[in-house]
Amino acid sequence: MKKKFGIREVVAIGIGTALFVVLTEVQIPLGFVPNTSLQPRMAVLAFLSAIFGPIVGAVIGILGHALGDALFYGSVWWSWVFPEAIVGAGIGAFAKKFAVREGGFGGKNIFLFNVVQVVANAVAWILAAPVLDIVVYAEPANKVFVQGAFAFLGNIIIVGILGSLLLAAYSRIAGQSSSLKKED
Amino acid sequence: MNRLLSYEEKDTWLHHLSGITKLIFFIVWCFTSALTYDTRVLLVMIAISAALYVMSKTEWRQVSTVFKFVMFFMVVNLVAIFLFSPYQGTEIYGTKTVLAPLFPGHAITREELFYLFNVLIKYFTVVPSVFIFMVTTDPSEFAASMNHIGIPYTGAYSVSLALRYIPDVQADYHRIRNAQEARGIEMSSKAKLTDRIRRTSSIIFPLLFSAMEHIDVVSNAMELRGFGKKKRRTWYAYRKMKRADVAVLILTAVFSAAALVITFADGNRFWNPWV
Repeated sequence: MKKKFGIREVVAIGIGTALFVVLTEVQIPLGFVPNTSLQPRMAVLAFLSAIFGPIVGAVIGILGHALGDALFYGSVWWSWVFPEAIVGAGIGAFAKKFAVREGGFGGKNIFLFNVVQVVANAVAWILAAPVLDIVVYAEPANKVFVQGAFAFLGNIIIVGILGSLLLAAYSRIAGQSSSLKKED
Repeated sequence: MNRLLSYEEKDTWLHHLSGITKLIFFIVWCFTSALTYDTRVLLVMIAISAALYVMSKTEWRQVSTVFKFVMFFMVVNLVAIFLFSPYQGTEIYGTKTVLAPLFPGHAITREELFYLFNVLIKYFTVVPSVFIFMVTTDPSEFAASMNHIGIPYTGAYSVSLALRYIPDVQADYHRIRNAQEARGIEMSSKAKLTDRIRRTSSIIFPLLFSAMEHIDVVSNAMELRGFGKKKRRTWYAYRKMKRADVAVLILTAVFSAAALVITFADGNRFWNPWV
């Protein structure tokens, strides 16, 4: 690892945020719970955090969520913007351990990734988001905790499945130093 | 096809303001509106943002799709609040005046209606300011002015790249989705949950991997041109802070201070018309 914050990180924040914003449009409705849906953009946030580290993850989370909300919904729900940074930073903190670019993302690391993402999502959506909702917007407590719990469930499902798949696939491609094989 | 809010060049004083002035106004405005539940303050804020919206000469077609979405989410949110806690209003205002019993445990009270009305008008204070910020701020100029108030230019550049790449990534997304649909992958909501995840991933995989390639290409290009070597850089789109900017900032600060003083004068953030 060379410099902590280089050109690649600057560009990763830029394009990663753009990707996160565009994927705001893509929602998979859960069906059985009204007004909740799986957000594939969370899997992308987890993916980028796991590769580029905590700062990139946190900034994409905040910037992407605020911009995405503003562009698609015309208002920014600030108490749900900041928890996004917790998810990004939490997963990103273990970026070196995951060794995605080095091709080491398999078995044990997939397990570690999922433990980390469940914990980060729990802190963000069961704890931070509802508390901020109550403090900032004075919304009814039981409503925001139910919303938080569903957001948590939706996010761990989508990050667990799609996030793990994306990382494993990318690790396989990026880990190969060359596509040539030695002939016997 | 473009249902996003996006910048459009026009000749109004709001367009000539520095991007950072508008950002500060927008953030202060959001937080003032989030903190106050004082109906009088909120109504004044609505009047101001409506006036600004008219002055920005924003056309309805620029914001209509987004506006419909906002309305939809607002209705869902209000219904959810009522279902989960029909007596939130009673808790806040301390009285209970039943207007109509709906079903057991969910009577419609005057206090709850007033609380919901406040939640509703809170939205209407913020929505026009988001519209104004998004349609009157030039992304390049915005990055330049961020750098000039002390944010490192690498950070400013990230934001500018994000704004610059949103249309590109969106075009990519639509291309990939059309291609996958042409191959017979249906995106409707009839399928099972697992199938839906698999179908979505057939779009996300190519989109994400092409984005990773983009990151490599763009960062190599920037490295070759010496990005980040020096402490400072110059900006093509930079605009000096003018007198109007200073005036807007001062007015914003004065207004939100006054709004908070009025709101919290009686000890809490709510305004009770029945006392």
